Amino acid sequence: MIRQLTSSERQTAAVLLLGVTLAGLALAVLGYGNALAVHGVITAVLAGGLLFYVLSALYAPEPDEDRQSAYYDDPIKVGIGLAMAWAVFGMFMGVWVAAQLAWPDLAFDAAWSGFGRLRPTHTTGVIFGFGGNALIATSFHVVQRTSRARLAGQISPWFVLLGYNLFCIVAVTGYFMGITQSKEYAEPEWYADLWLVIVWVTYFLLYVRTIARRKEPHIYVANWYFMAFILVVAMLHIVNNLALPISFGEAKSYTVWAGVQDAMVQWWYGHNAVAFFLTAGFLGMLYYYLPVRAQRPIFSYRLSILSFWGITFFYMWAGSHHLHYTALPYWVQTLGMTFSVMLLVPSWASAGNALLTLNGAWHRVRDDATLRFMMAAAVFYGLSTFEGSFMAIRPVNSLSHYTDWTIGHVHAGALGWVALITFGSFYTLVPSLWKRERMYSAGLVEVHFWLSIAGTLIYVFAMWNSGIIQGLMWRTYTEEGTLAYSFLDSLVAMYPYYIARAFGGLLFLIGAVVGCYNIWMTVRSMPSTAARGQDLPAAPAPAVPGE
Amino acid sequence: MEVNERDPVTGRETTGHEWNGIRELDTPVPRGVLIFLIVTHLWAIAWWFLAPTWPLGVTYTKGLLGLDQQQAVEERLETAQAQRAEWMGRIESQPYETIRADAQLMQIVRSTGRQLFGDNCAACHGINGQGAANYPDLTDDDWLWGDGPQLIEETLRIGINSAHPDSRIAQMPAFGQDGMLARNEVRSVAAYVYALSNPDYETPDTAERIAAGSEVFATNCAACHGDDGAGMRDLGAPNLTDDYWVYGGDLQTIVTSVHGGRQGHMPTWDERLSDAEIRILALYVDGLGENAP
Repeated sequence: MIRQLTSSERQTAAVLLLGVTLAGLALAVLGYGNALAVHGVITAVLAGGLLFYVLSALYAPEPDEDRQSAYYDDPIKVGIGLAMAWAVFGMFMGVWVAAQLAWPDLAFDAAWSGFGRLRPTHTTGVIFGFGGNALIATSFHVVQRTSRARLAGQISPWFVLLGYNLFCIVAVTGYFMGITQSKEYAEPEWYADLWLVIVWVTYFLLYVRTIARRKEPHIYVANWYFMAFILVVAMLHIVNNLALPISFGEAKSYTVWAGVQDAMVQWWYGHNAVAFFLTAGFLGMLYYYLPVRAQRPIFSYRLSILSFWGITFFYMWAGSHHLHYTALPYWVQTLGMTFSVMLLVPSWASAGNALLTLNGAWHRVRDDATLRFMMAAAVFYGLSTFEGSFMAIRPVNSLSHYTDWTIGHVHAGALGWVALITFGSFYTLVPSLWKRERMYSAGLVEVHFWLSIAGTLIYVFAMWNSGIIQGLMWRTYTEEGTLAYSFLDSLVAMYPYYIARAFGGLLFLIGAVVGCYNIWMTVRSMPSTAARGQDLPAAPAPAVPGE
Repeated sequence: MEVNERDPVTGRETTGHEWNGIRELDTPVPRGVLIFLIVTHLWAIAWWFLAPTWPLGVTYTKGLLGLDQQQAVEERLETAQAQRAEWMGRIESQPYETIRADAQLMQIVRSTGRQLFGDNCAACHGINGQGAANYPDLTDDDWLWGDGPQLIEETLRIGINSAHPDSRIAQMPAFGQDGMLARNEVRSVAAYVYALSNPDYETPDTAERIAAGSEVFATNCAACHGDDGAGMRDLGAPNLTDDYWVYGGDLQTIVTSVHGGRQGHMPTWDERLSDAEIRILALYVDGLGENAP
């Protein structure tokens, strides 16, 4: 991989890595005696290790002259590997925390393994580790193919991918040590957040510059979504994480927001993380890999426009539905509720556009588990966006809020939509990227599909049941006007559902492990088709005199 | 060159663009989508008129329904309070005997008591009051500070070894750790105490040790636990002759208790719960032991 860089690029990479290593060492010194130092050391060791790797190949032969006339796929390959590794880690942590809810002794009486610390390692592991790497990898692939142009940088794709993973590692190791901002899905502390800003701005610039190089007159829909994802996540991340560290030698910081404004900013962030990270980005994936695999044109360009602008506009307003019946003023709640309902049709337009694209290809859906992954993802996307709009209606929310119904809703989206579309995309992408004829085993893709579907359904049904039972138990009054159940009564009622949920999650995890094996074997043991020459960017246009 | 092709499956034209093999059809937005879009927007606009919605500088549009969530909560709380007022007043004011004689009122005590117990007491004493290691069983009809709702109410109000100024205080000293008893004395007194509820333990082999323990007991323990080891409720000193143990009745645990001492903690509830709630709990907890064997 390093051999694809020229020696001057290798030198630049070495200087960058030296800079990060030194920054890590500086943190280790500044934060001596507290957790910040641990993160400094981790950063220095990882960047230093890479530095040695780069230095070891510093004087390797120069790459082929024609490298600029091929797509830049090395970072995508590494990104897929990292995404699958994070999937296994994040889903394992999920199964563990789920099991802790049924059997609390599984915390083993240690601080690092308590529910409060493990839970964000699960959410960060799957959302940012698995989802984020999958988005970076597929966006690099899609933007090159649909623009018929090579990525606009040699080092910046690596910087984005590896820098992002450094952020994830700092985040997760921090949780084990008890470092958190206590903001859901924005737990990492100020220094990790600052680093992510640098990485993310680089990502945005790389993406825009690649699109600017495109050889196609129009920008494909998938790229609209990836652009929205990158741009809005930058905005959300910066605003929600504005904080003052108590000192530059301490991990701890305090947010600049206070009281109900803090809650509103947090859920503006949280809901739009769902919208632009877990929805827009993955719709970008869907809009590329589904038509490719189905070999069908997109059902309606007009529907794509309607849903894109509907989703980008309405989602921005919907965050306050996370704060119904709280200190947040009523008028903000009404806005959140009504915009959530107006969001429904644009969301369904995307799901419908995907499913109608399959018209003429349903026989492929039947025979090809990879395409079925993406079909099922579109169905779950439609289901969970309906559920989301429904739960945003205040009286419904008064039953569902704070219960397992929310968890069930999130997982209908995260397992059923995000993970299924990713696996479907990977199974499409891996053979084409590594120039293999097909995946190592279609049977194992089938096994993975059914494990995922079974796991998701068990999980979601368990949480629907448990959530609605919980919600009803908490609001049931006796004839005398007192609560009929204690909180503990509701916990006792949850017990069988918690076991079912852990089991459903376990099935999903096993599926992901099967997927890892299948991808590994495809890369390792499938013969190369050597079909090079077809999958190339457009040749540079001959210079036109006077242009 | 952009050529609008016709898709043979749907009969629709493409938009004429192609991206690495992907094309798009120029299908118009289906009518159902547009209708549904309009319906959801009308629903939203209707709510904008009905409920508080749009900010206007320092104020906001109040909506035609005059909704106010603070007011709604207060009204519902008042209604619920009014619903409970009659029987709560009786529980607050009537003596325990009168309440217990009233089957209907006792039914309320049992149903609300169970919920109050679940939310406040069950974390330590278990959902059914059966206790756990180091937390007393409330269903066995064996009481440290005396039974009956009056005494239980007092315990609930002031707690045991709590921050309340009138807290019940009960401390089992750390006889071994603090050097009041030598190691062999701890062992022999533990053997004596163990034998109180396990007469079979006294054999020719152990008789000497138990006899020695008996003397240690008389000088060190009897002041609180009584000469016969039957305990003293005024001091919260448990009865050592029965089968009920808070910390465990096996020989090793008794050695541990004598060596390291014990100091249980029961929080004070008089600021957290209302008078009526404390009295309901006192009656409820008292009732837990009634079915004990």
